[in-house]
Amino acid sequence: MTAVSVERGVEALRQQVDASVASYMSSCIHCGLCAQACLFYTETGDPKYTPQRKLEPLYRVWKNDFTLLGRLASMAGLGCKITDEFLDEWEELIYDSCTLCGRCTMACPVGIDITAVVRKTREGMVASGHVPEGLIGAATRAVEGGGPMGDLLPALKAVIRRSEAATGIPVEVDKEGAEYMVILSAQETVGFPEIVEAYSKIFKQAGVTWTISTKAFEGTNVGIQIGSRDIARTLVQRVVDAAEELKVKAVIAPECGHAYTALRWEGPNLIGRTYEFDVVHITELVDQLIKEGRIKFKGKHKSKITYHDPCQTNRRGGMLNPPRAILAEISENLVEMEDAGLWNWCCGGGGGVGANERADELKTKVFMRKKRQLDGVKPDELVTSCANCRNIIEEALDHYEIDLPVLGLTEMVAEYMETDEIEEPAADKAVKGEDQ
Amino acid sequence: MTEPGMDLLMWARGTGFQIAIGVFLFGLVLRLIEIFALRRKADVAPPKGDAVSGGLRTIFTRFVPAPGFAALLPAQIIGGVIFHFGLLFIVFFFVPHIAVIKDTFGVSWPGISSAVINALTVLTVAILVVLLVVRLKHPVRRYLSDFQDYFIWALTVVPLVSGYMAFNAVGPYTIVLAIHVLSAELLIALIPFTRLTHAFTWVSSRYYNGAFAGRKGTMS
Repeated sequence: MTAVSVERGVEALRQQVDASVASYMSSCIHCGLCAQACLFYTETGDPKYTPQRKLEPLYRVWKNDFTLLGRLASMAGLGCKITDEFLDEWEELIYDSCTLCGRCTMACPVGIDITAVVRKTREGMVASGHVPEGLIGAATRAVEGGGPMGDLLPALKAVIRRSEAATGIPVEVDKEGAEYMVILSAQETVGFPEIVEAYSKIFKQAGVTWTISTKAFEGTNVGIQIGSRDIARTLVQRVVDAAEELKVKAVIAPECGHAYTALRWEGPNLIGRTYEFDVVHITELVDQLIKEGRIKFKGKHKSKITYHDPCQTNRRGGMLNPPRAILAEISENLVEMEDAGLWNWCCGGGGGVGANERADELKTKVFMRKKRQLDGVKPDELVTSCANCRNIIEEALDHYEIDLPVLGLTEMVAEYMETDEIEEPAADKAVKGEDQ
Repeated sequence: MTEPGMDLLMWARGTGFQIAIGVFLFGLVLRLIEIFALRRKADVAPPKGDAVSGGLRTIFTRFVPAPGFAALLPAQIIGGVIFHFGLLFIVFFFVPHIAVIKDTFGVSWPGISSAVINALTVLTVAILVVLLVVRLKHPVRRYLSDFQDYFIWALTVVPLVSGYMAFNAVGPYTIVLAIHVLSAELLIALIPFTRLTHAFTWVSSRYYNGAFAGRKGTMS
């Protein structure tokens, strides 16, 4: 990263001010209702976590530089102060206690998109050097090594080999002209590699051609989480270059909320143009394949499940219905938690909080909101469609010693899908071959 | 000898009113230019839904509090809604106010009975007192509040109380009416230069919020 300073931070914040920001900053009357929407306030009772407070850095820049009275005050030396100490104090509010979940944005009576403001504010925090160590580490690894956990290509190759062995379905990497290019979140490659088997089975059954690029298979975009357009652009560009080189029809965004936001919504604006391919989330694609009759199911999941809506795909991404349409096909006992859907509560670890070790204790504490949601319906299993949510929830369940399996939606689809032929795992075939 | 306060009242109704309206209009135009001249960069991500209908939708849906919030914060939310409607009716539907608007802008509409406005004023002031108590007591509101929050509370309550007093002949009529007119003028003049600007910008803020969501095929 380039040299950082308060001045650079202020300049980066200045660049974030547009008509929407100026409108928001003119509208807040300190009613504080947003606090009730934020799990960092509701679970700690500490008013400093009120989302409204998180507007302050950008508010100061806007007031100083974009209003007549503010400019006059600044000229008289009475402008709002933006110092290293001030930004230090706000670093915790902007990173540790905001997952960019978007509930406050939904609750504000005057309509301030507080989440968008926090996302914008992170640009200034990066430029001024007020970023948690954990996120700096993840960002450095992503830029230099390919992903937030470093270079996962060897791990990916192992995952592909295991998938091929388990399913008997070859995974064609770097295949030009495939319909779809799959990208994964680092969390999937490392923690939930079964997802590749699920893709293999689903796409074979649906007659979809797909590939994975060895040049760009990482969906996680730490640039979006840390709030650096430069890093975010670099990471998006890798995927765009690979997808356009392979001439795919669409890139499939993985079960990872911020990966979807990065590629689907921010990406084209970061690189300054629309892509030559579409971006479709795996959940949307599966829903579409079901509707087209290309996937059918042989049975339904019997135990009581509930669905956790990932904030970025649901509230911030527009995918409220597809996961529920899929679950209606494969589950006969779905119970919805209180506030499920558009108002669902965050797992507590999105928006880079999960990668920020400093926030671990806070993140675990605010999980109590999810725990209460779960206590209300007492499911046998929890289903979600974001590997990060899944990881955060599993860790928190462990911490609170709660025995609740967490399932991935796409893997469930693969499990209950009707297949034309029963595949013999390649490993078994090999063994049989040797026997003959 | 003129009645005490008559000169002040006459000034308030003449020059004072013109200054207040002038400052208000100048300030409002300035603020709106400051906001909208900034414009927005075109979003090149292909939309999944319609931004305009999403924006228009949120302008109206945000009148309804977020689910469960009214039960959590009844005084603040129910009080807030009644206060805003009370103020709207008092300012724009009290017959003498309509007469002032007609004199100034040449437009008018039917008013509401003075007795109803009188009762509404009592209710609105009572709610403002409740909202002040909430601001002082509730940990979040107290934490967020600064001088301007209390100042604009006073700026709003003085015209209401003095208007009630003038209508009900409490205190020296001319002086009370002069205070009413002057305090209302101060309120009007300061709208563009304080958080009271939200009286206008709530529309655009809600629109942007809803439009961003609408574009993504979600709702806000």
